[in-house]
Amino acid sequence: MKNIIDLQGVSLKINDQSILKHISFKVNSGDFLTITGPSGSGKSTVLKLIAGLISRTSGDIKFENQSIDGYDPIDYRRDVSYCFQTPVLFGETVKDNLEFPYVIRKKTFDEAHAIAELESVGLPSHYLSKSINELSGGEKQRVALIRNLIFLPKVLLLDEITSALDSESKKIIHTLINHLNDSNKITILAVTHDDNEIQMADQLINIENGQMMEVTHE
Amino acid sequence: MNNLAVNNLSLVFAFSLVVVSLGIVYKEKLGLEKDIIYSVIRAIIQLVIVGYILKYVFNINNIILTLVMMFIVFFNASYSAYKKSAGIPHSFQISFIAIFCSTSVTLGLLLLAGTLKFIPSQIIPITGMIASNSMVAIGLCYRNLNSNFRDQRQQILEKLALGADLKQASYPIIRESIKTGMSPTIDSAKTVGIVSLPGMMSGLIFAGVDPVFAIKYQIMVTFMLLSATSISSITVCYLSYKQFFNDKKQLR
Ligand SMILES: Nc1ncnc2c1ncn2[C@@H]1O[C@H](COP(=O)(O)OP(=O)(O)OP(=O)(O)O)[C@@H](O)[C@H]1O
Ligand SMILES: [Mg+2]
Repeated sequence: MKNIIDLQGVSLKINDQSILKHISFKVNSGDFLTITGPSGSGKSTVLKLIAGLISRTSGDIKFENQSIDGYDPIDYRRDVSYCFQTPVLFGETVKDNLEFPYVIRKKTFDEAHAIAELESVGLPSHYLSKSINELSGGEKQRVALIRNLIFLPKVLLLDEITSALDSESKKIIHTLINHLNDSNKITILAVTHDDNEIQMADQLINIENGQMMEVTHE
Repeated sequence: MNNLAVNNLSLVFAFSLVVVSLGIVYKEKLGLEKDIIYSVIRAIIQLVIVGYILKYVFNINNIILTLVMMFIVFFNASYSAYKKSAGIPHSFQISFIAIFCSTSVTLGLLLLAGTLKFIPSQIIPITGMIASNSMVAIGLCYRNLNSNFRDQRQQILEKLALGADLKQASYPIIRESIKTGMSPTIDSAKTVGIVSLPGMMSGLIFAGVDPVFAIKYQIMVTFMLLSATSISSITVCYLSYKQFFNDKKQLR
């Protein structure tokens, strides 16, 4: 199996404060990796670095065996897609959000596809025209997730996306994630505290205080 | 010109108006006394110098000298706009380009139409009017860009994470900022003549020109300022939004 993401001694300092120290791990293509650790330990920061949204101070991050600095950032972010921990929806309606991936690719909106995606996270089709202000926190989180899935990425970075969900919706999302991982062969890196997600994983990483504590392979 | 009654003595009496504002500031303990005195002295010195320079330039009527004067106006306006940018990189150059574009397009059209002649007594005041309105528009654009890039940080990050390019991620902010830059000119066009008589028209009427004739100039000025502020706003916003990102296309 070839590895698709490879972190080599990645460190990050912000204003002389060390946020991450020497993080190294590899993820095989098609794998499911979970990251755990206490609040403030640097989990989200690791995902944002991999997503190319911030820059490391030292070390290297490779995607498909090439440093991520060598890719066009815009194309890269379409391949390695990050879903935020507390996402903000934009525009006015759910449709504005689901249309956005089409708009940036200069493609025409495929309403049937968008509705199918809504249903895959347990939201009815009429939600497409719903105002974003009428959505619950868990519903917003699911709409945000679909934005990343309208055009499937190669790597999906999920930042505690099930934290705000009830057990029913959690199950729906777990089924979806499993499907993406098994059938679509999408590599998934998920920050989570959820036992079910940890059990689904091929690899488990624990970060504390910006340092890698342990790596467990299934 | 015999309607004009501003002589040196009457100016000295008009100075009592400054004393009124100083009195208010003193009574309310606003601590602006120094500011007022400084700005009044500065205004007097600047205007005296400008008055003599303009008299000289108008008399000589030389193209190079006129262009130099225009350049000085551009430079000063760009510098003032730049100071409003609160640290946006390259904002002096951006302001200069925007003011240069808005002035040359607007003036160029007026010259082509024959509304204006390329003589210093027409070109220099009009350049000043265009540049100062552009400068205000640019300042508003900068302020709006800064506050929106700060307030909508999370939204922009999410758009970038979805693979939007810089323009796509900033587009609502760019549009909003251009609108903000243009809106004072549009608003004042709506109330022109009803609420206030603008400076140029008042000046002409003061100097004894028939109001019906003066409005023709004011109509020209209104058209001119609409074009100038829209050109400078669009130029500044499209040149500035990229400055909020680094070379790795990350939000700064
Ligand atoms: N831009 C920044 N400037 C300064 N400090 C930052 C910045 N971004 C993150 N940090 C700090 O880095 C540390 C790690 O933050 P991070 O968001 O990665 O934590 P986390 O493990 O995701 O926590 P949580 O479980 O609460 O989401 C925190 O102490 C945070 O304050
Ligand atoms: Mg986090």
